[in-house]
Amino acid sequence: MAIATETSNSQGTPAGAAPLIRIEDLKVQYLSPRGPVRAVDGVTFDIRPGEVMGLAGESGCGKSTVAQAILRILQPPAVITNGRVLFDGNDILDMSDDQLNEFRWRDVSMVFQSAMNSLNPVMTIGDQITDAIQAHQRMPGRKALERAEELLRIVGIEAARIDSYPHQLSGGMRQRAVIAIALALNPPLMIMDEPTTALDVVVQKEIMSTISRLKQELGFSILFITHDLSLLVEISDRIAIMYAGQIVELANARELFEQPLHPYTNGLMSSFPPLTGDRVKLSGIPGSPPDLVHPPAGCRFAARCPRRFEPCGSEPLFAEAKPGHRVACHLYPESRTPQAQEAIREH
Amino acid sequence: MNFILRRLGFYALAAWVSITLNFFLPRMMPGDPGDAVMARMQGRVQPETIDAMRKAYGLSDDPLWQQYFDYLGNLMRGEFGIAISAFPTPVTDIIRTSFFWTLLLGLTATIVAFLIGNLLGIIGAWRRGGLVDSVMPPLLIFVGSFPYFWLALLALFFMGFEWGWFPLRHAYSSNISPSWSLEFVGSVAYHLVLPAASLVVVAIGGWVLGMRNTMISTLSEDYVMMAEAKGLPQRRVMFNYAARNALLPNLTAFGMQLGFILGGALLTEVVFSYPGLGYQLLGAVRNLDYPLMQGIFLIITFSVLGANLVMDLLYVRLDPRVRGA
Repeated sequence: MAIATETSNSQGTPAGAAPLIRIEDLKVQYLSPRGPVRAVDGVTFDIRPGEVMGLAGESGCGKSTVAQAILRILQPPAVITNGRVLFDGNDILDMSDDQLNEFRWRDVSMVFQSAMNSLNPVMTIGDQITDAIQAHQRMPGRKALERAEELLRIVGIEAARIDSYPHQLSGGMRQRAVIAIALALNPPLMIMDEPTTALDVVVQKEIMSTISRLKQELGFSILFITHDLSLLVEISDRIAIMYAGQIVELANARELFEQPLHPYTNGLMSSFPPLTGDRVKLSGIPGSPPDLVHPPAGCRFAARCPRRFEPCGSEPLFAEAKPGHRVACHLYPESRTPQAQEAIREH
Repeated sequence: MNFILRRLGFYALAAWVSITLNFFLPRMMPGDPGDAVMARMQGRVQPETIDAMRKAYGLSDDPLWQQYFDYLGNLMRGEFGIAISAFPTPVTDIIRTSFFWTLLLGLTATIVAFLIGNLLGIIGAWRRGGLVDSVMPPLLIFVGSFPYFWLALLALFFMGFEWGWFPLRHAYSSNISPSWSLEFVGSVAYHLVLPAASLVVVAIGGWVLGMRNTMISTLSEDYVMMAEAKGLPQRRVMFNYAARNALLPNLTAFGMQLGFILGGALLTEVVFSYPGLGYQLLGAVRNLDYPLMQGIFLIITFSVLGANLVMDLLYVRLDPRVRGA
C-alpha cells in the first residue's frame, strides 16, 4: 500500500509522546508453489508507551504474521521482504542473532493464541518461567524460582503450582501461566495474539480483567490481536483494522466504534451483536477475501464493497481523513491518488 | 506409585503366560528328545539307556499338570535343565556366558545407532534442507535396505579377510584369558567393531528418518515458537523444547528394540562366529536340544518384557502426562 507521505508525520501521535515501537511498510510473503503469498503488504503503525493497540481482522488477514514478524519468529516459508520495525531507534529486522535474542522477551514478549500449545508439555511451569529469566539475566536458580512464584501470584495462580506440568492445569490457568511467562522480564511491550480465543466466555472474561489489571499496575503497552472486535472495545486505546494484508483503518477505539469510516470496518461491526441496546439485524460481509498470490490491482476490498465506485480500481492511500483517524478508501478525498481523482472526474 | 504397581502386575501376568506357553508348546509336539536320540541311533541303544537319558534330561511320565508344577518349581530355583547337545552342562551355564556376549553386541549396536541416528535426525530437521538433511536420509535408507547379514558378510570379507583390518571370528583373541585387564577389554572392543558396525549401519536410517519427521512437526508447535520468542539460546530451544518432545515416540521404539536385542542379531553372530545366544540357538536347533532352546526362548521373552518394563518406567520419568493415566 502506498503511504501518503504528506501526512505520515502526524500519524495521530500526540506531541511529546514518542512511539515505543514503530512498524514501517512491513511486507511479509509466504513462498508457495503458486508464487509468493503477500500475507502482509505494506503495514505501518506505531504503539505508544502504555498504550493498548488493537489489531483486528478476519482469519488470514495477516494479523498474526505481523505479530510474529515483530519478534522475527516467522517460520519458513515466510520471509520478510520489506520494511522496518523500530524499537528504541534500532531496526529489529537488522539485528544479528545475538542482538535479536537479547531483544526478544526483554523488550517485547508474546502471549500466544492457544495456551495448551504454547507451553512445553514436558517442562514444569516454574522451569518455563525461570529459563526465560535466566536466558537474559544472571540470576541464581533460587532467586529465579522466587521470582517465578511471585509472577504466578501476580497472575492469580497459587505459588504452589510452580512444579505443575501444563496438563495439570485448567485452560484458564494455563493461559494465566503463559501471561506470567510473558511478564517474566517486565517488558515494555506485550503482544497478545488472540489470548482468549480458545477459552470459554466466563474464563475469557476473567483473563481479560486480569490483563487490564496487570496493565494498570505495570504500565506496559499491549498489541492486542483478535478477530473479535467486541473484545477490543473494552481494552484498546486505538484500533487498527486489517484486511487482506493491509491496514485499512486506524483510529481511536471510541471513534472507530462510533464513526467507522471504511466500509469493511462497518461490515465487521455489523457482524457481531452489540451487548446492550436495540436488536439489530446482523448483516455480515458477503464474499470472501481475495487471493493474496494475485491480489486485485486496486482496493482489495472493492469486490465485496457495497459502496464501490469508479476510482476503486486504483489503490487508495492510507491517509488521515480526520485528525488521528486514518483510512484507506476512495470515499474520502484524502485517500485519492491523482489517478483516482481523474477516474471520478471522467465519470 | 499406583501406576507403577499396576504396570508391575501386568508384567507379572505376561511373564506367567509366557512361561506357561513355553512349557506346553514343546510338549504338544510329537515325541521327545529321548525319541530323537533313539531315532538318531536307529535303535542301536538299549531301552534302559534311553530311560536313563530321559531321567537325566528331566523327562517323566507324570501327569502334565504335575510336570508343569515341577517345571515352575525348577524355574523358581533357576534350574533350566541340562543341555543335550553339551551333556552334561546345565542350560543356565551356556546361557549365562552367551547372554553376556549377545547383550554386549546388541546393546552397543542399538545404543550407538539410536544416539547417532537421533542426533542426525535432530540436526537434519533443525537445518531443514541443509547438507545433513539432504544427503543423510536417502543414503542411510539405501544402506539400511540391505539385509543385515549380507552387509555383515561384506564387512567380514573385505575388512576382515581381504584387508585384515579386523579379526574374523569370536569375541576376543584366543590367546588372552578373560579378565578385566586393559588388553582383554581392548581385544573385546576390537572384535566388537565389525559386528556392531554392520548392525548400526542398517539400523541408523530408521532412527534418522523417524526423528527428523517428528522433529519437523514438533518444530512448528507453538511452544517451540514461544521458546524462540523468549530469546533462549538455540541449543536450548533445539534440545529442551523441540527434541525433548520429538524424542518420546522414538524412545518407545527404542524400548521395543531393546527387547529384540537378544534374538535380533542371530545371523550376525553366526557370520562372525560371535559366541552369543543366537549362535547357541542355531546349535540347539541343529541338535534338537529342547532344554537349551526352551531356556533361550524364555530368556528372550523375559528380556522383551524386562525392556518394556524399563521403558514404561522411563517414560513415566520423561513424559509427565503418563503419570496420571
